[in-house]
Amino acid sequence: MSTSTTNPETTIDAPAGVPWIDLTREFDAPPERVFRAHVEPELFARWIGPRDLTFRLDEWDARTGGRWAYASGRGDEVYEFYGSFHEIRENERIVQTFTFRGAPDAVALEIATFEALPGGRTRLVNRSIGSSVEERDAMVASGMESGIIAGYEKLDALLAED
Amino acid sequence: MAQPDDRLSRVFSALADPTRRDIVARLSNGDATLSELGSSYDVSLQAVSKHLKVLEDAGLVSRSRDAQRRPVHLEAEVFDLMTKWIERYRQQAEERYQRLDRLLDDQESTSERGAS
Repeated sequence: MSTSTTNPETTIDAPAGVPWIDLTREFDAPPERVFRAHVEPELFARWIGPRDLTFRLDEWDARTGGRWAYASGRGDEVYEFYGSFHEIRENERIVQTFTFRGAPDAVALEIATFEALPGGRTRLVNRSIGSSVEERDAMVASGMESGIIAGYEKLDALLAED
Repeated sequence: MAQPDDRLSRVFSALADPTRRDIVARLSNGDATLSELGSSYDVSLQAVSKHLKVLEDAGLVSRSRDAQRRPVHLEAEVFDLMTKWIERYRQQAEERYQRLDRLLDDQESTSERGAS
């Protein structure tokens, strides 16, 4: 049974006019274990995708210079993502690129840092940097996963009002 | 899909310019006329007018029919949408990390059983 309900929720920092987003979250486990859940394919596959969406890990070589590819979706709507592992520094840092196959010109650089906290806890900071402010904003708007279409439709409806 | 994508990029490229972002910030305090806006910037009225045209085309601001003053109005809804997007993005991350919480919990209880 879990007693780790004191976890503060994920905080987001997405300042206007800059090309990055920061996500910060604390975990009730030491960095080694949080890190492992990010690099071991069978562990990663268990938490990365929403339960109601299918998840397919196509490629996973979590080493510096390695690459990854996965797909997530529902029915005919499948979203594919891929990138490279620029640096895997054990239990400390993962630097990787991230591209949604539907927007192949956009690429984000993701820097995850695993910081040890007292009491065997970890603070994970994930900075996602787009190649422009517009791209960052589009990234936020898309929600990266299932929200891509819905987000555009909402904006479309809103802009069509006038 | 090309069209909504196009509109979305119009919103984002309109906001990519610092002067236009500043105009938007000013308009968030209330409507203003072209000359009121123009007096705050070190550029010609014509240049400010061009910026307004870009913001207007992107659906971010509108101008009233009042021929005399034609105050510029910020369409705050578009920004509410951005705030909502950020919150949804955060929520998706939170849900993902809650799944990771459960995985870490499971592993711990498994290893405890293994040790005893």
